[in-house]
Amino acid sequence: MLALSLLVFALSHKSGDPRTVMLTAYTSKEQWDAWGREWGLDKPLLQQYAIWLGRALRGDLGESLRELRPVGKVIAERIPATLELAGGAFAFSILIGVPLGVLSAVRRGGVLDYAGRTFALFGQALPPFWLGIMLILIFAVRFDWFPTSGRGNIAHYVLPSITLGWLTAAGMLRIMRSSMLEVLDSEYIKLARAKGVSYTSLVWKHALRNALLAPLTYAGLVLAGLITGAVVTETVFAWPGVGRLAVQSVNNNDFPAMTGVVLMFSLIYLGMNLLIDVAYALIDPRIRY
Amino acid sequence: MSNASVAIRNLPRFSLEWRTLRRWPLFPLFLVLVLVLCALAAPVIAPHDPIKGNLLESGMPPVWLEGGSSKYLLGTDIQGRDVLSRVIYGARISLLIAVVVIATGGAIGVTIGLIAGYFGGQLDEVLMRIVDFTLAVPFILIALVVVIVFGQSLEVLLTLLALFSWGAFSRQVRAETLSLKTRDYVAFARIAGASTSRIMIRHLLPGVINTVIIVATLRVGSLILTESILSFLGAGIPPPTPAWGLMVAEGRVYIDSEWWITLFPGVAIFLTVFAMNFLGDWLRDRFDPVLRQI
Repeated sequence: MLALSLLVFALSHKSGDPRTVMLTAYTSKEQWDAWGREWGLDKPLLQQYAIWLGRALRGDLGESLRELRPVGKVIAERIPATLELAGGAFAFSILIGVPLGVLSAVRRGGVLDYAGRTFALFGQALPPFWLGIMLILIFAVRFDWFPTSGRGNIAHYVLPSITLGWLTAAGMLRIMRSSMLEVLDSEYIKLARAKGVSYTSLVWKHALRNALLAPLTYAGLVLAGLITGAVVTETVFAWPGVGRLAVQSVNNNDFPAMTGVVLMFSLIYLGMNLLIDVAYALIDPRIRY
Repeated sequence: MSNASVAIRNLPRFSLEWRTLRRWPLFPLFLVLVLVLCALAAPVIAPHDPIKGNLLESGMPPVWLEGGSSKYLLGTDIQGRDVLSRVIYGARISLLIAVVVIATGGAIGVTIGLIAGYFGGQLDEVLMRIVDFTLAVPFILIALVVVIVFGQSLEVLLTLLALFSWGAFSRQVRAETLSLKTRDYVAFARIAGASTSRIMIRHLLPGVINTVIIVATLRVGSLILTESILSFLGAGIPPPTPAWGLMVAEGRVYIDSEWWITLFPGVAIFLTVFAMNFLGDWLRDRFDPVLRQI
């Protein structure tokens, strides 16, 4: 985490003087120096980093150079949009990935299995930005069922959620399938079957619970995918979230905003990994910390 | 078992060969072959110059649509460049990136994996923490920042991708090395007086090479995907180079009317990644069923 913050800070400083963003033909030398003092640009680099890190730890990420407001506020405003999008995508990938994965394991070699595996292969090979554009072309431009971009009522969520969740749904399906196959082959399932447990209950209660462990580990990777995906999806759909902020601040040389975004994403990432460990223990009582 | 072998022996020769052949993933292999051919012979195959366009013939649809011309099979983009030629040249860029990054990333990854696995201890700890770091950071975000700082160029992109792709190799190679080094033959080699570097290169490396090939094949797909994402976001290959991701980004604005500019490069990315992933899965299932999801 610290290494990451150092890396980001070093890079953002190499990216050039942030004052050039504000520069106009009427900017005087005095004004230029005043900005330098105001943002601490006249101090040595290491000291700038120390100041920045100290502030960051207290939750103060500095001021966005483009919007001239605290970075924390700018990011906070955009977090809900990204979270909603990520939630939609996550729901999509669970709703598609888990049932299809289970079904394709249960009907191994059947039509459903074939369809599921084809979807998985397709899903992992489709470039997400292209999928988004094609979805817009087909369902928004040609059929006019959903809006093309922006955030608003429920219809706005459909296409971005599918775009973002597509890749993770495919991965989820694959993991779910292989994990389910493994569990269905185990002794306790045979015992349950011998005891006369109904088939539905056997698959959806007895087997699923154990088979869910593997996808849960995968959830960490899903999250990484969602973060990356958010940047792409929000760009394609003009979604007012954090991912778009990242692209915008890079284009505007707005390094306080950029560092803030990267730090925030990393924090979420670490936090979620912790949560996954906890969820692990909840599902599988054999694991104790 | 014996019944099966008898049955196979009784089959005519041709049928037997056909059976073994059918188990090979023919379609993905064919796709990869086409890709390599396009990349190597792009100047010969491509009907037009991929960078110079004719503005008088801009935005022409593919040949099968009204207004299309057989001169431009897949139509032209806004600057009047032939989409087909650009897609063919795009294979070059994608393949170049895949080969260079896999080669450098693989070499670094295997070396570090061998060292970490063989020596163990604190060195192993440190190296694996670095691997964790490269695998855990939000790569696209880092890439965005780096590219803006150092400018948009092929070299920057290659370095960046290589720096963040060796981790997967290291992890697998380290795990394999850990089990290999306890084998008797390694102990015998040591007793026979083989030096550490000799043991690593002559005795351990051949043992992990299978894994390395599988990891490499599996990585190519996601690598090409990542490259196209960066190019799409304007942080990968600089224009006017015909990179697939870049072409999608350029066509995006005109999706309403000139959809073919966006469609075909996307299909090219999809087919390439699909073929590589399929081959990777197939190799893994065939040669190393133990190696699961990475």
